[in-house]
Amino acid sequence: MKERDFPSGDGLSGLRREFKGERGDLIPVLQRVQEIHGYLHPDSIRGVSRWLKVSENEIFGVATFYAQFRFHPPGRHHLRVCLGTACHVKGGEQILLTAQQRLNIDTGETTPDGEYDLDRVACLGCCALAPVVAVDDKVHAQMSVLKIQRILDGPKTA
Amino acid sequence: MGQRPLDERRASAALKWAELQSSPVPLVFIGAASCGLAAGAEEVQEAVEKYLKKNGVKGRIIQVGCIGPCYLEPLMDVQMPGQPRISYSNVRPSDVPLILESFFEKKEVAKSRLAGHFGEDAYDGVPRFFDLPMLKPQVRIVLRNCGIIDPDDLDHYLARDGYLGLEKALSMSWSDVLDIIKRSGLRGRGGAGFPTWRKWLTCRETPSDERYLICNADEGDPGAFMNRSLIEGDPHALLEGMLVAAYAIGASKGYIYIRAEYPLAIRRLKKALVDMREAGLLGKDILGSEFSFDIRIKEGAGAFVCGEETALIASIEGKRGMPRTRPPFPAVSGLHGKPTIINNVETLGTLPHIMRNGAEWYAGSGTETSKGTKTFSLVGKVRRTGLIEVPLGMTLREVVFDIGGGTLKPFKAVQTGGPSGGCLSEEFLDTPIDYEHLAAAGSIMGSGGLIVVDTDTCIVDTAKYFLGFTQKESCGKCVPCRVGTRHMVKLLEKICGGRGELADLDKLEKLGRTIKSGSLCGLGATAPNPALTSLKYFRSEFIAHVKDKKCPAVVCKSLVNYRVVAGKCTGCQRCVSVCPTGAITGPRSEPHNLDRTKCIKCRSCYEICRFDAIAGDAIIIES
Repeated sequence: MKERDFPSGDGLSGLRREFKGERGDLIPVLQRVQEIHGYLHPDSIRGVSRWLKVSENEIFGVATFYAQFRFHPPGRHHLRVCLGTACHVKGGEQILLTAQQRLNIDTGETTPDGEYDLDRVACLGCCALAPVVAVDDKVHAQMSVLKIQRILDGPKTA
Repeated sequence: MGQRPLDERRASAALKWAELQSSPVPLVFIGAASCGLAAGAEEVQEAVEKYLKKNGVKGRIIQVGCIGPCYLEPLMDVQMPGQPRISYSNVRPSDVPLILESFFEKKEVAKSRLAGHFGEDAYDGVPRFFDLPMLKPQVRIVLRNCGIIDPDDLDHYLARDGYLGLEKALSMSWSDVLDIIKRSGLRGRGGAGFPTWRKWLTCRETPSDERYLICNADEGDPGAFMNRSLIEGDPHALLEGMLVAAYAIGASKGYIYIRAEYPLAIRRLKKALVDMREAGLLGKDILGSEFSFDIRIKEGAGAFVCGEETALIASIEGKRGMPRTRPPFPAVSGLHGKPTIINNVETLGTLPHIMRNGAEWYAGSGTETSKGTKTFSLVGKVRRTGLIEVPLGMTLREVVFDIGGGTLKPFKAVQTGGPSGGCLSEEFLDTPIDYEHLAAAGSIMGSGGLIVVDTDTCIVDTAKYFLGFTQKESCGKCVPCRVGTRHMVKLLEKICGGRGELADLDKLEKLGRTIKSGSLCGLGATAPNPALTSLKYFRSEFIAHVKDKKCPAVVCKSLVNYRVVAGKCTGCQRCVSVCPTGAITGPRSEPHNLDRTKCIKCRSCYEICRFDAIAGDAIIIES
């Protein structure tokens, strides 16, 4: 897997102005870091640790607790398969399996060409249109095994 | 009373709203909440823009929130001068020119995809939208503005009596406000149903220099989206409610803890907060009173357990979201050790209406112990899915069959309360929906997810799903929850895999009871509920899996097989082309063969035969 170029230093320069640097800012800071770089690079964690005066150990403890944080570079497109209750009873599991087979990766991974990364999510809140998947920020409703194949084979939606 | 600070703004808002109702320019409303957008509202809007531009006609597009019946999405309403707002459902971009042409050129109401109109009286043979079978039995208090107003426009909210409840509250003492809420009978809408006023009183009576109010918008129950819809459709209702609550408990700082998965809701809240500040509804000395309050948005990072009060507080403090022992309750010692009230979005969203219309008015709906209305997300295998609001005490049957229109295949169960609730069988259909009756049946009210399942849904698989969810979300603090749920999932996987034994059912029940009694927080204390209620009410289905090695709903993969019906198959080869493992073979125009040793049961052939092939339904799945 080719890593995206990570800026030299900890990549936090812009953030220092946004926050007061309190202990309670830890999660919002990590969220912003991930928004900017796509994931939490060990260098960023080191930088946040020095800035907020919280040990790296503890930051990893907090970050791994929450589903939102990634520790690997994401793909160009972010595929999230919803496995909320409504999606589950309408066959979401099979949609996920199909996506895994088609992309040949597991959840939390990125395809070797860096095109897609895959995640399962607990609920996208569009339960009435289940099963759903989201490609980047676009939610696709009433999925089927064939529809997800068509999305993954077709032109990439931005 | 003299001139109030908002009077002028309210008058101009009322004028603006009235002008909109009798707009000389045609209006097109697009239902653009998350669910509408998922169904294709954006494409519909583009088609409207294209039509207006191409034909050089004037028209204004207004984006509104979710009005509820998600199964009708995308919804588009047209309001011509002098006509009521008329709604069209399941609109595809290709329908847009036809509908608009009828209005703009033929000067008549388009008939295709017509859903209903928003006026009061009969209009030109068009039914009233709120008379549709899904909407008629509903009582819309919390959702009254959703889908009607532009959620980004404070004036729309003001014109519909917005912030009158706050003005009334500020004109009284905090104890009078608390008394109104007490008399209204409002109970926490997050699921547990604790009387709102009692929690508030504890907080207010704890001496402190600072108190906090937290809105819990970490709607973590999979299958529930009431809070998202309310925030997306009417953000000011929640914010006004927060001001009322903060005034009553004496809080000066508020947080909205909201899921990062709800980007549109967050955007709406941020816009609303800016507008509030401008209008003097946020910050120091709100509306000229001595009451000061500020609100910050905290995005949740994805942890179901953070719906639990003490875990949520830990998360806001920047820690792992793990619950702690209570007491002290957050109302005494919460965020940063100060008295803290955590209320659910719907609880807070109800407050303005109670303040405005009075306690007795609100207590007029509902039952003796459960007053008022409750919103539910009605989803799953029901014909009419969507967001609904009903008076408490309505029976499950009325909700599933009258509002939801029943199921396509025969009804099997309704799941309430998400991963903490239970699966209730047909015999419970006449149970009134309130806190006590649902608890007596072994389920809970929960935050409002109602998932209907039919005979095509396997109860064992559903129980496995919920246990798998809570097992992943268990924070790991209490051993019975951390290890016990893991074992329950293993047992359920064994049963679904056809390797189950009768003794496993007893093991499940024993484990479930241990987890319930040995866990600190609500997650562990309720996690076994889906499995325990399923075992109680659907034992025969478990026994079919264990003894006969069959899945009656034909869901559990290890227990089903795919078969080509030779008499039906025309040999069109569509299935051959989609089969990823080459399990289906056969020459064109002759019935195909399916090699079970190669079949991975991926459903591709089944779907393509069903919708895309010449014969249709020539491939069946059986157990």
